[in-house]
Amino acid sequence: MTRKQRRLVLIGSALTVLAIAAALVLNALRDSIVFFSTPSMAAEKSIPPGQRFRLGGLVQAGSLERGKQLQVKFVVTDGNASLPVMFTGILPDLFREGQGVISEGALDAAGVFKADTVLAKHDETYMPKDVADALKKQGHWKDESAQQQNAAGAKAATSVR
Amino acid sequence: MIAEAGHYALALALALALVQSIVPVIGARLGDPRLMGVAASTSIGQFAFVLFAFGVLTTAYVVSDFSVVNVYENSHSAKPLIYKITGVWGNHEGSMLLWVLILALFSALVAIFGTNLPLVLRSLVLAVQGWIASAFYLFILFTSNPFLRIADPPIEGRDLNPVLQDIGLAVHPPLLYLGYVGFSVSFSFAIAALIEGRIGAAWARWVRPWTLLAWVFLTLGIAMGSYWAYYELGWGGWWFWDPVENASLMPWLAGTALLHSAVVMEKRNALKVWTILLAILTFSLSLLGTFLVRSGVLTSVHTFASDPTRGVFILAILCVFIGGSLALYAWRAPSLTQGGLFAPISREGALVLNNLLLTTACATVFVGTLYPLVLETLTSEKISVGAPFFNLTFGPLFVPLLLAVPFGPLLAWKRGDLLAAAQRLMFAGLCALLALALLMAWTGAGAVLAPLAIALAVFVIVGAMSDLIEKTGALRLAPQISLRRAAGLPRSTWGTAFAHAGLGVALLGIVCETTWNSERIAAIKPGDVVAVAGYQVKLENVVQRQGPNYREQVARFSILRDGQPIATLSPSKRAFSARGSSTTEAALLTRGLSQLYISLGDQSADGSISVRLYYKPLVVLIWFGAVMMAFGGLLSLSDRRLRVGAPKPARPARSLQPAE
Repeated sequence: MTRKQRRLVLIGSALTVLAIAAALVLNALRDSIVFFSTPSMAAEKSIPPGQRFRLGGLVQAGSLERGKQLQVKFVVTDGNASLPVMFTGILPDLFREGQGVISEGALDAAGVFKADTVLAKHDETYMPKDVADALKKQGHWKDESAQQQNAAGAKAATSVR
Repeated sequence: MIAEAGHYALALALALALVQSIVPVIGARLGDPRLMGVAASTSIGQFAFVLFAFGVLTTAYVVSDFSVVNVYENSHSAKPLIYKITGVWGNHEGSMLLWVLILALFSALVAIFGTNLPLVLRSLVLAVQGWIASAFYLFILFTSNPFLRIADPPIEGRDLNPVLQDIGLAVHPPLLYLGYVGFSVSFSFAIAALIEGRIGAAWARWVRPWTLLAWVFLTLGIAMGSYWAYYELGWGGWWFWDPVENASLMPWLAGTALLHSAVVMEKRNALKVWTILLAILTFSLSLLGTFLVRSGVLTSVHTFASDPTRGVFILAILCVFIGGSLALYAWRAPSLTQGGLFAPISREGALVLNNLLLTTACATVFVGTLYPLVLETLTSEKISVGAPFFNLTFGPLFVPLLLAVPFGPLLAWKRGDLLAAAQRLMFAGLCALLALALLMAWTGAGAVLAPLAIALAVFVIVGAMSDLIEKTGALRLAPQISLRRAAGLPRSTWGTAFAHAGLGVALLGIVCETTWNSERIAAIKPGDVVAVAGYQVKLENVVQRQGPNYREQVARFSILRDGQPIATLSPSKRAFSARGSSTTEAALLTRGLSQLYISLGDQSADGSISVRLYYKPLVVLIWFGAVMMAFGGLLSLSDRRLRVGAPKPARPARSLQPAE
């Protein structure tokens, strides 16, 4: 083979691999990405039952109900709208009423969000960024950092005793 | 005073780095050996100053000096000593300090061990290291100073994020950074070669050990991080395709490609321009990883704090270094000489295929990681790209790569014989088919994918060993002769075999774990028994215990097999008062290569406690395979021909070639 033919083989195989990869990526992007919504965004977009999405918001205070066999029901709210969520399994360590949460799943025919994954924030100073942004946009954001400063001061004060 | 001394040392290190960035370049331009010689001493001095600064911060942590903001925010006097030390890099500022410490360490190593490098090349390499170091010192001093004081020092600190209070923090970040930052050396070599306009086999001979070293650390760092997430997060998962994990996987993929293309360049003096590009890309991906993790654009356990000025600063560093190096590449690369010729079916061809598939796989990870960010910036639509995306894209690209792995080392340089290689792999192929048949018979017509994947893993493992068997003549020659041959084989051959077999071993673990793991979630009371995968797990009791800086609820389980108790496991839930947060400490029972995994959930009002039980067959192989790969890398690194600083063979033809 001449140098030119060899180069053609090389370029040809590189392009083939790239084309396959591009096809795979486009195909996967169409089918396997999951959109994020707050309850009001979900109502606005009228997401059909069965379509997977991520629901983010605050766990409404007093809404957590534990059924038998680790069934959990709670309401996710963003201040304007809310959605009931059903989940079976163990909630994350930092799941609390009144705190931010993201759950992934789909709506059923009755309009209940059946979650198969529930994610909570990582520590007490952290709110899922998607939730924080959405809440800020809808004007329900209370500046947490100011509260944290106070809390930290209080903690330091209590440990002084 | 001591914290200010650390701050001052960091500023002095910046000053030295600036000298190191400029003077050697002028020296190389003027051909003045005295000016070029400045590079070595400044990089060693710089390392000494950063080491001092790092020591100062560590001291502040150990003695719980809460007048330093960083210590106050991330430490607690009741914290065990080991976590006081590891807490130094368990936060943004400290981890950036660790980053520059390792960067300075690598520069100092190049200065010390590179004494037989051509002086011009060495001083240019160190100058480029100086550029990177200066950028990061400025970043630390202006946006992330770990030595800031509080005017009114509190008595007690706010404690380290409990998830990070684990031995994993002592191991995972340093290893990962040694890998990330280690690639800066190959980057600096690439830039130096572009500036000088000269590149040859000797260059590859120098770059390869450094790349290999970084790759070994990165492999171990990723494996360690994966195991840490596995036992600490309590979900029983070991890889989540989380953007931060992807940020470390991308440089690994590019670095693996670089490792292989550097072989071609060293042995055959081909693929020069491509190797330079890979060296640039690998370190750029390391920088991108640092940006993704440190800028706060992503939310994960790794993001300690987000501050927009930091993000902008790192983005600027990213643009200057990636954009600048690629522009330099576009400008200078065409002047580099063309390499040797080879047929498509040859060792070189196989390595090109390896590079092609690895970089493409890396590109798909890149798309999956950054697409959500780009889409959010452009349309403010928020999406998440999870495991399904990567399984659909990364998987299909890795299958042909794994199929090709055993063929590579069996093909000759320049022109190979595919048929002969296939014949030598006959035994491996038969083993794979046997494994496939056995598994199909055992599982029934159910899953086809898992038996196929396991057959592929068997092919890779046996194929890697076939090369050794072939070369030592084991099974063919008398044992003494083959033993002597085995001892005479270059260590790099052993390294290749180990690394390739490790890949197969990891694949075996991944497939078995994902296909046959059993999960049980139940709410149980003391005395209840849950069965999982042939084990009976009995909850004995639940007790409260006080730890040094937490309270924990410990559940004691007896594990029974056929009614016989074999072990007790005590998973717990820890509540950390200082941060008001809690962690789940899973308990693991390793039986052979499989693990039984128990983690606790909440206790409900009626006294029952929710537990999550997993049986994970062969899961240990995943990390064992990664360790095997790293071990193979170390073996290869210890090869005489590659040893850092080993004398060059007296072959004038291998010396640097001038650009045309």
